[in-house]
Amino acid sequence: MIKPLRALQILAVLAYCSAARAEFVVEITRGQSEAIPIAVVPFSSPQETAASFDVADLVSDDLTRSGRFNAMDRKDMLEQPHSGAAIAFDDWRRLNSDYMVVGQLIVQGTDRFNIVFELYNVLTRQRLLGYQISANRAGLRLASHQVADMVFEKIIGVRGAFATRVAYISVLGHLPNRRYRLIVADADGDNPRIIMESNEPLMSPAWSPDGQSLAYVSFEDKLPSVYVQTLKTGERHRVSARAGVNQAPAWSPDGKRLALTLSTRDGNLDVYVLDLTTQGLTRITDDPAIDTEPQWSKDGNSLYFTSDRSGGPQIYKISLTPGSKPRRLTFQGVYNARPRLSPDESQLTFVTQEDGAYRIATMDLNGRNDVQVLTKGHFDVSPSYAPNGAVIIYASRDQGRGVLAMVSSDGRVQQRLVSPEGEVQEPAWGPF
Amino acid sequence: MKRMIAISLLVAGTMLLAGCPKKPTVVQPPSSGSQVPASGATSGQSGGASTTVTPLGGESGAMGAAGANGPLSGRVVYFDFDKAEIKPEFADLIANFARNLTAHTNLKLRLEGNTDERGTREYNIGLGERRAQAVRRALMLQGVAESQLTTVSFGAERPAAEGDDETAWAQNRRVELVYLP
Repeated sequence: MIKPLRALQILAVLAYCSAARAEFVVEITRGQSEAIPIAVVPFSSPQETAASFDVADLVSDDLTRSGRFNAMDRKDMLEQPHSGAAIAFDDWRRLNSDYMVVGQLIVQGTDRFNIVFELYNVLTRQRLLGYQISANRAGLRLASHQVADMVFEKIIGVRGAFATRVAYISVLGHLPNRRYRLIVADADGDNPRIIMESNEPLMSPAWSPDGQSLAYVSFEDKLPSVYVQTLKTGERHRVSARAGVNQAPAWSPDGKRLALTLSTRDGNLDVYVLDLTTQGLTRITDDPAIDTEPQWSKDGNSLYFTSDRSGGPQIYKISLTPGSKPRRLTFQGVYNARPRLSPDESQLTFVTQEDGAYRIATMDLNGRNDVQVLTKGHFDVSPSYAPNGAVIIYASRDQGRGVLAMVSSDGRVQQRLVSPEGEVQEPAWGPF
Repeated sequence: MKRMIAISLLVAGTMLLAGCPKKPTVVQPPSSGSQVPASGATSGQSGGASTTVTPLGGESGAMGAAGANGPLSGRVVYFDFDKAEIKPEFADLIANFARNLTAHTNLKLRLEGNTDERGTREYNIGLGERRAQAVRRALMLQGVAESQLTTVSFGAERPAAEGDDETAWAQNRRVELVYLP
């Protein structure tokens, strides 16, 4: 049985306008009541205006956005120390801050900076972290995300995923003048880069395990083809343009093979595995139903996929050993599709239908197969795990517009990423 | 009537678009010099990684309109939600196409399957293909040669109408019958 969504307190609706270049405004639509109070004190900064960069602001935003922290407003800070020696711990204890981050941004030379930071437990006065990160001007954002990652991991015990990237499809303009873009942005939506642009649909971006390449579907020739594009060089290869359907690419964990969906002449979709080195093609499923949306198990020996062989779409798992029969995994509800595996393989996330709406659900893979519906939208699709498994990003709709949203994989924290223009869909969270 | 207008707009708009290719705005990434190795892969990420694809021209709708089958409104088969069965009201349309294709065996027809936006994108590709195949089978049953027919599924990616309501959805659950040049 599908458990009803847990009733949770709505903590606050917080809007964060970060840097002007930011693609998204993040709204925390449901927060965690037990968010940990932390003070990220503004870092001391070099005098030159060219070097001005607010490390603390970015770290503070990252931590707040995770839903696990409640970062203190800097106007509530009585003083702004930049090193542990300068902290008046008794004062900070009265401000109810459990942790604090202090630090400095130091100019090291032409286009060379050091971020020096320390993390303290305010109650015990213990220094939990003390690091120096060297970066050029262009690397300051990434370095600051790495500060947030280290703080997150030290306190929560889970690796932070702030210094990672997300790929997604953006659709600009209206019928019939639509522009489709494949975009890669930082995990906070900042620094968006156009990877591919077309007047015809782009679909299903999938990260290679090393984060160097994306596979995706492009209709640029009016027919679907699967492409692999190297991000650094822009070099791209058409890896499948067979007659019929060429869809739903998914990389094997070793990055050497691609699972994908192809069709026979009479339009029967099945899942295949393409060896990227030898171009050898192996058929994995063989059923007159729609078999699609493959996803690899971590050991590379099985595929999860969607099939409507039982009527409506449901999720199955099949071993790649020849002659294997698929095993059905979902039984609750009439529509369960597009599985994605959590990084530790303890959980699947997928799209389920509930009261006529499409929502993001998870299922434990511990044997009990408990299902939890995490979202409340009407068109929530395309879930993708953060590489630390803590958060799921997905595509939703807001007042008729495609937007991205995130939910913690336990369903307790929700946020919406509001893009200033166009439709945003099919987010795919990149690896560490 | 509404459908006809939507499709006419589609054709006109695509012609306009083909006439004036837009230059993409390329967002240049900064080259990152952070020395913490955690995700150093960000550096130089997409230097020159942006590509522009210009349309080939001859948008699908145009040939259908100019073809032997007359009005644009007579080249689309509409479907019920999550269904790929051809409804009786489209029997005449199918029969007309079958007559024309069997009389002119040099003609080639592409069947473009589409769905509404509901559901997952890749499963909808499957559903769109299933609809295109239903029309293909119906034409072949009336004597059209297999070699005259191709199919493509756009799933929910190329809607005929925008909107989150049944009016839009009903226009999007369709197979367009398009003569190829």
